[in-house]
Amino acid sequence: MTAPDLIVAEPAHDPAPAASRTLRRPPKPELSAGQKKALRLARTLVWPAIVVAILVTQIPFLVTIYYSFQNWNLMRPGSRGFAGFDNYVTVFTGGAFMQSLSATVVITGSSIVLSVLFGLGIALLLNRKFFGQGLARTLVITPFLMMPAAAALIFKWSMLDANVGMVNWGLSILGVDPVQWNTDFPALTVIMVLTWQYTPFMMLILLAGLQSQSKETLEAASVDGAGPIRSFLHMTLPHLRQYIELAVLLGGIMLLQVFDPIAIMTRGTGGTKTLSYLLYERAFVGLEIGEAAAYGVITVLLTIIVASVALRLLFKIFSSEGAKS
Amino acid sequence: MKRFEMTKSYSMKKRLALSAIAFSSVGVLLAGCSGAGGGAQQADGPVTLTLATVNNPQMKDMEELKGAFEDSHPDITVNFVAMEENDLRDAVTKDVATQGGQYDIVTVGSYEVPIWGQNDWLVDLGPLAEADTAYNVDDLLPPVREALTVDDSLFAVPFYGESSFLMYNKDMFAAAGLEMPTNPTWDEVAGFARTLNTDDVAGICLRGKPGWGELFAPLTTVVQTFGGSWFDEDWNAEVNSPEFTEAVQFYTDLVKDAGEADPVSTGFTECLNLFSQGNAAMWYDATSAAGPIEADGSAVAGKIGYVHAPVKETEESGWLWAWNLAIPKTSNNQDAAWEFVSWATSTEYINLVGTTLGWERVPPGSRTSTYENPEYLAAASAFAPITKDIMLGVNPTQPGVNPQPWVGIQYVTVPEFQDLGNQVSQDIADVFAGRDTVENVLNKGQELAQQAGDAQK
Repeated sequence: MTAPDLIVAEPAHDPAPAASRTLRRPPKPELSAGQKKALRLARTLVWPAIVVAILVTQIPFLVTIYYSFQNWNLMRPGSRGFAGFDNYVTVFTGGAFMQSLSATVVITGSSIVLSVLFGLGIALLLNRKFFGQGLARTLVITPFLMMPAAAALIFKWSMLDANVGMVNWGLSILGVDPVQWNTDFPALTVIMVLTWQYTPFMMLILLAGLQSQSKETLEAASVDGAGPIRSFLHMTLPHLRQYIELAVLLGGIMLLQVFDPIAIMTRGTGGTKTLSYLLYERAFVGLEIGEAAAYGVITVLLTIIVASVALRLLFKIFSSEGAKS
Repeated sequence: MKRFEMTKSYSMKKRLALSAIAFSSVGVLLAGCSGAGGGAQQADGPVTLTLATVNNPQMKDMEELKGAFEDSHPDITVNFVAMEENDLRDAVTKDVATQGGQYDIVTVGSYEVPIWGQNDWLVDLGPLAEADTAYNVDDLLPPVREALTVDDSLFAVPFYGESSFLMYNKDMFAAAGLEMPTNPTWDEVAGFARTLNTDDVAGICLRGKPGWGELFAPLTTVVQTFGGSWFDEDWNAEVNSPEFTEAVQFYTDLVKDAGEADPVSTGFTECLNLFSQGNAAMWYDATSAAGPIEADGSAVAGKIGYVHAPVKETEESGWLWAWNLAIPKTSNNQDAAWEFVSWATSTEYINLVGTTLGWERVPPGSRTSTYENPEYLAAASAFAPITKDIMLGVNPTQPGVNPQPWVGIQYVTVPEFQDLGNQVSQDIADVFAGRDTVENVLNKGQELAQQAGDAQK
């Protein structure tokens, strides 16, 4: 209740003359009966919004938790019942979960690192005046605007097909034998598609960062005798710190949910069964609603833990480096 | 004091009223949601039927021709909801399993029909079909009818059916001086494939894409003709038996030595692509592939020979699949639904397709009379007679060497099978890539299969 209280309290005492006095920390103002009434009305008006917010955001998750304690296979309608922690036991002893977790870390992690690196490179190239800069920027963004399923299909049929794919054709010019991408390098295949798609996204964020850097600072650095590499490492990179953090955070959130290239290209083989694909398989191939819900609950918990602990840790490293400059 | 209390109670009332408005508006929202998924109306006056179907060409023809049905049944309108195969499976399973009642007619594969029938989800069409003499239920192809029957109840009727056979490029065989027997063995086929395999042309195309309906459709028939099976008569798993292992070893070795490149990417569509462009000498797959192969635009039309599925220990090794129409028990328009279902699976419909759209577009593999129709036989002379032979020759009650406790050839008719087949086929992808051995993979599969088998005991 405290948060909405604060929100409604704001407009109630804002126009009051007492608030205009310059106080470092305004004491809680005494409210007249009329003000209290207005406040109560305001609070009441907020109720529908709170109810809708709770319904919309929390009910699906609560229902998922309920399902995760059910023994429910869609194809066996008679056997539905309370399962206790059975589904969670299956999740942790089945062996699929840890494999899938490591697949998720490998695929998400390498795709993010690669697309940030490529994105930074392209952003540096685009961050200078040249003829056709706008056109070049639009062209570079295209992969990110493409639907993930369409991108996966393009890679499957046009780029990586073993017989008619452009990548194998390019390699054959260099004298390399045709590569069976999906069979021999499934994880790499998925990482390639994701890197191709997310590089423009990283590039956009980093380019915004580069363009907000003041030219005077860089000029001053070069007057002081810093070469382009030194000014990049000691001026530009620390400046980009928070942009990189944001890119990694947003990229991580989006890539954790990745599904299309796996479903279309590798079908979860060879270390590409990420958590989202595993969840899909449990629910729609295994038809085990309870088990899939348990995977879902665990995934949400893990995501919260990763988001709050690991990212904070990562940012701390970045900020201590940034503080030096 | 009194006044204060009055104000308080007044404002309390107001607050309550506002809250009530808030909650009731949420209630309206929720009611709206439940209304969207609600059932159909009672069958008085005009009826609208909702039909969930798979977006195959034969189903699109049905949608195109539904006007003929609506003309003769002015009270009935049929709405088609066409989906991709996996989406259809998801959507219809969810709707039927949760008693959603969204569909009056559903298109169901032959794997699901017995399972759903046993769950009491489908209307028994047997009595309706037998009461309707014009429908001629005995004309349905016997093995297909058998696969759709559980304890004498016919839970669905076939719209079209297929088996599997071996297709080979006659030009390539002639150029290499090879001759294909009508009933080849797998050893002969492997020999041909290894002889004909070159850098540009695969000796044979065999599905390798994971999935119980992709890789394990052809592979299970190979396992059965090698004498193996998923389960014995008492639902004991037999996945790591010597026969099963030999069959998987044979299949993966053949693909690695003389098969298509990148097997994990290769399913039905990819093989069709490869074979119809003349980039594979042989292809073992569904009989329904013959249509697109002989169609205009195929580089190999007229050059393809069709022979029985290769065998080892059994006489016949083709699979059996049918897309069927069924009526969920949740439908409120079961009589009207049967009117449409019986029309769409009748001889009359087959003749209608033949005369209006062309005889090569007739849905095959559902009725014996289709294969006695001279016009169809003339249009599909290359593959129709052999398709009929195979479809009448397969035995869905005992396709392998030993008896099995389920009816079905390339699948096991239990709910757990799609999960089991999917997981084992994903592990076999590691065998194609050389990351794992057949023994290892099948030992893992044995454990999964035993869990599935225990659920049947």
